[in-house]
Amino acid sequence: MVCTGVRAEEKMLAAAFSARDVELHVVDDRTIHGDLGSWPETLPQVDAVLLRSKSHWRNVVIARWLESLGGCPINESRVIETCGDKVLTTLALLKEGVPTLGASLAFAIPGAEMTAEAIGYPLVVKPVIGSWGRLVGKVNDPDALDLVLDHKAALGGAPHTVTYLQRFVETGGQDIRSFVVDGRCIAAIARTSEGWKTNTALGAKATGLELDSELISASEAAALAVGGGIVAVDLFETDDGYLVNEVNATMEFRNSVDTTGVDIPGVIADYVLGEAEAAPAEGPRA
Amino acid sequence: MSVAIGTACPICAGAVDTPDDVMLGELLDCDECGSELEVTQLAPGLELTEAPMCAEDWGE
Repeated sequence: MVCTGVRAEEKMLAAAFSARDVELHVVDDRTIHGDLGSWPETLPQVDAVLLRSKSHWRNVVIARWLESLGGCPINESRVIETCGDKVLTTLALLKEGVPTLGASLAFAIPGAEMTAEAIGYPLVVKPVIGSWGRLVGKVNDPDALDLVLDHKAALGGAPHTVTYLQRFVETGGQDIRSFVVDGRCIAAIARTSEGWKTNTALGAKATGLELDSELISASEAAALAVGGGIVAVDLFETDDGYLVNEVNATMEFRNSVDTTGVDIPGVIADYVLGEAEAAPAEGPRA
Repeated sequence: MSVAIGTACPICAGAVDTPDDVMLGELLDCDECGSELEVTQLAPGLELTEAPMCAEDWGE
């Protein structure tokens, strides 16, 4: 398992592997280095590598590196890339006909202003790359939009050259997160916040949610659209049914085991071990 | 980067609760100052270091 420090999730996963009498190597991503034509230094040549870095880019490049050598990263690079980039996520969901909130793009201020008028206020502006609700802004009027666009320009950097806009869905400060492993929706929580952002990283409260057929269907369709593996799907419950908002490839679940009664780290461990068994017998190339 | 040997917070010197099964690399919070700390050594003595700041591409 590759990670950036050991969070509650990695510790729960370590316990799950230990309970299955599996020797787990925990490798900090900051120690990984080496020639791209060879297996990374400090990473044992194991049958499967569970990628849990906090960094999206590190997860992507490590997955690509291992795949180039016949290794088995979990998740696959295409899943991580798609989930870590909101544009790619939205495109994947649209391509597969998954019920989604959708989004619009703009690349300069006039285009963003016209797009916002078409969506209507309030709306939400998000960084294309990013998580935990950081820099996600609810924009109530054109003046606020100008301010957000000014801030993006001042921040600089390639990701802020793209403006990703979504309509604002009034949900009373609640959304749904479902957990999908190997194509199967195993659990879901409702995330409730006093504000409009529902990230548990920002303090939203998680409560277990009973799965219904429509939620299972939307969750599993979203997971399939991004390439499967281990993902968490964020959805809104609307008058039009469930709409998928985002999909996460390095999911956090510390607040979702006791609340759902589902052994999420155990399910993940079983999936990883199954993938390791299915990996080529000769193992990755050194 | 602030580093401390033992279970004292390297930022505020407050006492940090460390679980019995503490792991190398484990991230802990200091209840007194709220700093996020990382276990950077288990033996011969526990070493706590201020955890890295959140980066733009960090998340789920």
